[in-house]
Amino acid sequence: MMNDKVIIVNNLVKKFGQFVANNDLTFSVNRGEIFGFLGANGAGKTTALRILCGLSSPTSGEAIVAGYNVAKNPERVKRHIGYMCQRFSLYEDLTIEENIRLYGGIYGLSKSDIVSGTENLLDKLYFREYRHRIIGDLPLGMRQKLAFSVAVFHKPEIVFLDEPTGGVDPITRRQFWEMIYETAANGITVFVTTHYMDEAEYCDRISIMSEGRIVAIDTPKGLKTEYNSWSVEEVFIRIARPDKTN
Amino acid sequence: MRTILYLVRKEFTQIFRNRFISRAIFGIPLVQMIILVPAVTFEIDNIKLCVIDKDMTSESRDLVSRLQGSEFFLISHTTFSEQEADDLLHKNRCDLILNIPRGFSNDIMTENRAKVMVIANAINASSAQLSWAYISGVLRDFNADLVMDNLSVKSIGTLPTIKITNRFWYNPTLNYKYYMLPGILVILVTAIGLLLAGLNVVKEKEMGTIEQLNVTPIRKYQFIIAKLVPFLVIGLVDLAFGLLLGKILFDIPFAGSLGLLFFFAVLYLIAVLGLALFLSTLSSTQQQYLFVVFFILLIFILMSGIFTPAESMPLWAQKFNLVNPAAYFMRVIRMIMLKGSGFIDILPDIRGLAIIALTTVSLAIWRYRKRV
Amino acid sequence: MPGLIKPTDMKRFLGFVKKEFIHIFRDLRTLIILFGIPAAQIIIFGYAVRTDIKNASIAVYDLSGDEVTRDLTDRLSSSEFFILREMIDSYDKVDEIFKSSKVKAVIIFDEEFGRRLISEGSASVEIIADGSEPNVANMVTNYTRAIIAEYNQDLNKSPGEGLILIEPEVRMYYNPNLESQFMFVPGIITIVLMLICALMTSITITREKEFGTMEVLLVSPLKPIHIILGKVTPYFFLSLVDLIIILLLSWLVFGLPVKGSLLLLMLITMLYILLALSLGILISTISKTMQQAMFISLAGLMLPIIIFSGFIFPIEYMPPIYNWISTVIPARWFVTIIKNIMVKGTGITYIWKETLILSGMTILFIVVSAKRFRIRLQ
Repeated sequence: MMNDKVIIVNNLVKKFGQFVANNDLTFSVNRGEIFGFLGANGAGKTTALRILCGLSSPTSGEAIVAGYNVAKNPERVKRHIGYMCQRFSLYEDLTIEENIRLYGGIYGLSKSDIVSGTENLLDKLYFREYRHRIIGDLPLGMRQKLAFSVAVFHKPEIVFLDEPTGGVDPITRRQFWEMIYETAANGITVFVTTHYMDEAEYCDRISIMSEGRIVAIDTPKGLKTEYNSWSVEEVFIRIARPDKTN
Repeated sequence: MRTILYLVRKEFTQIFRNRFISRAIFGIPLVQMIILVPAVTFEIDNIKLCVIDKDMTSESRDLVSRLQGSEFFLISHTTFSEQEADDLLHKNRCDLILNIPRGFSNDIMTENRAKVMVIANAINASSAQLSWAYISGVLRDFNADLVMDNLSVKSIGTLPTIKITNRFWYNPTLNYKYYMLPGILVILVTAIGLLLAGLNVVKEKEMGTIEQLNVTPIRKYQFIIAKLVPFLVIGLVDLAFGLLLGKILFDIPFAGSLGLLFFFAVLYLIAVLGLALFLSTLSSTQQQYLFVVFFILLIFILMSGIFTPAESMPLWAQKFNLVNPAAYFMRVIRMIMLKGSGFIDILPDIRGLAIIALTTVSLAIWRYRKRV
Repeated sequence: MPGLIKPTDMKRFLGFVKKEFIHIFRDLRTLIILFGIPAAQIIIFGYAVRTDIKNASIAVYDLSGDEVTRDLTDRLSSSEFFILREMIDSYDKVDEIFKSSKVKAVIIFDEEFGRRLISEGSASVEIIADGSEPNVANMVTNYTRAIIAEYNQDLNKSPGEGLILIEPEVRMYYNPNLESQFMFVPGIITIVLMLICALMTSITITREKEFGTMEVLLVSPLKPIHIILGKVTPYFFLSLVDLIIILLLSWLVFGLPVKGSLLLLMLITMLYILLALSLGILISTISKTMQQAMFISLAGLMLPIIIFSGFIFPIEYMPPIYNWISTVIPARWFVTIIKNIMVKGTGITYIWKETLILSGMTILFIVVSAKRFRIRLQ
């Protein structure tokens, strides 16, 4: 299989004043992968993700997303990506349909595509009866699923998920990951940051960040073998907090 | 373009779904018209007058009865004691004291200057001045009639008299409501622009939905236009509603062109909305925004000449008003509504406001970053 | 009750108050509201807003052009009230010149003015004022009349006789120089204090509610009463500071001293502050979000105060129903008290009625807001 790289990062640095949030990051992500971007809180994950989305500009280094240089052509990049952040920002005072219509329109989908896409989505998620409810009235788990669905509605090449499963129960999390699998199976690359180490097991490859640097990058299995651990969580502890292990 | 339409549609949906705001849009002008307009008057009548008549002659009584008959005054007390009158003034039981001394009529007969003393409670300086103007008007008329009566004594031909008449154009009865109502409409429109629109944008910032938009391919100008348009429309609708209410409730005149007024209103709203957008980029929470905007709104409105003419302000204030959009609208709305001024007449104001609008919108565009 | 506070409670309480103070001072924008607004208002009302006219533009339409009219025109243009903007030459120009707002009034001298005055004994002059600004129109007309009348008098000056038989003299009590500060400084104090206490208090309490930190506080060892007192204390002191600043500024900048007892002023102000604070607390019990609290405070509180306190527009001259309504607005009583103390220098004897009313209202509001707050907690 030709490994078509949708994300290429070389020596990416992001400083806030004197503080170095991202220190010389170099990695790449293949098309169709589920790539887990792990790290403790404050390690720099969100900062890096925001750069890749074109929400923030790098201090130095380069990042190519979907074939475009993020620093030079952020707007081009944005046409090919989707994004879902921690707060799952859909408009709380709009209905599902209204949210989809807005984003579908922004991404240039035709009216008929939007309509049919909406129906499909509602069916798939069994949300038909909720179609006229405003987002704010829906439970957290549904909002999360909806936010994700909207993020991939326009079938981007890559979808970026920033800690998407915060505060949700384990069953919903499971279901959510099933949606991610399906998405990846359809050829959309998934770039997800998380600090839930068990989710790491679901990814094709993962990288671990610590204090601004990438300290490990491999498949979950490969890391577990390398660090002689049962779980990614253990790998993480060994890498990030070597003093904690005996 | 399509994107803008989608965005604008979303804005309107949100606005009308917000019960609070949709009620406020029509509620506020209603309240302002019904409650504010009747209150904001500088006209005074029923000035409480305390009369000290130490003369008690037919002339002095004549003068007093004139005052009694005047619609401006209400004779609340009569006394012989200055002390008592002073006390009444001190206690706010009367506003004005007229002291007619003994010898008043005598002086008139012998053609000496008959003196009367007027004492006013001048804490409210403008009321005091107005009261003084009214009472001296009555005294002046009384004086003129006395002179007429004394015709037999002096041949009037040797005393040249300049006859002064005066008229008030455009508002012959000097109805204050006609003056203040446009002013209140300016406040209304400004508040919608600065408060409603700005808070809306800052709220998106606070909620994080702005980031979701920033990650899409939408262009800066599309976002800005989509934020401007709904509030522009609402501002104009409210202006129209306010004018309608004004007509129905107070029969305010509208001498000029409605189209011209709305044209200028559009320009004004653009200037104000641009400012709101610019300020919203500087605030991260709604509270911060509110505080800053409240401060600015207060200054703009007070300096705009809503109560008193802007031209009487000191030079530095007038220079300030060159950049105060409210001052322009305040001036123009009164010109169009009351005098029927036309396009040429307001051209300098159009120019000035256009520059401001250009500046604020440019600032907003410059400061709004899709990328940090 | 404060007397029963244990030492540890007091320490916690003070810590809480300190945190509130830090919050306030950290945010520049809050400081803008707290100190910027009074300062701005004083400057604007003190220097910018003029109820008097100065340099009002006028135009003259002189149909005679003789010595008398030229004299009169001179007098008018050299007066400090007027600036002669234009000499117009046709009646049509009057409408034009008004429409473009070039002048406030046009003075029209009749034909053969001088000749008529001498040989026929009278000549006419007409003042046409732009009525779209009533106040200005009135003043311009009055001043023009006065100037022309003075000229007339000068023409006829001869000892012992004249057209003036009655000479009124006027004394403006309490405010001889007719300065507008006397009206607005009390008004500014009233508004600013209400703004700080009610608006800010209601916002700061509602914010904790909205962000859920209120529950955290309620679960802490701090008793609810301490939380409220803690939130409210900084604003109490800040209001006093603001009062002092305003008084100082008005004294330094305008020479407006406090004629009466400063102590009395401070005491009654503290009463008013308590009232405003309890109003703020009350509003916070009614509002679910900060937006609502802001709206209620501004529209529901500030606006009525501005109108009904009589600070810009005299209440006495509003439709009677407004007078009735203003009796329930605390600000109205407070403004009266301040004006009396500051400007007239009266003691408690003159204002006991208002003070009593104010005290009554304060107690009422404190009780109501305390009750509501307790209910909210359950």
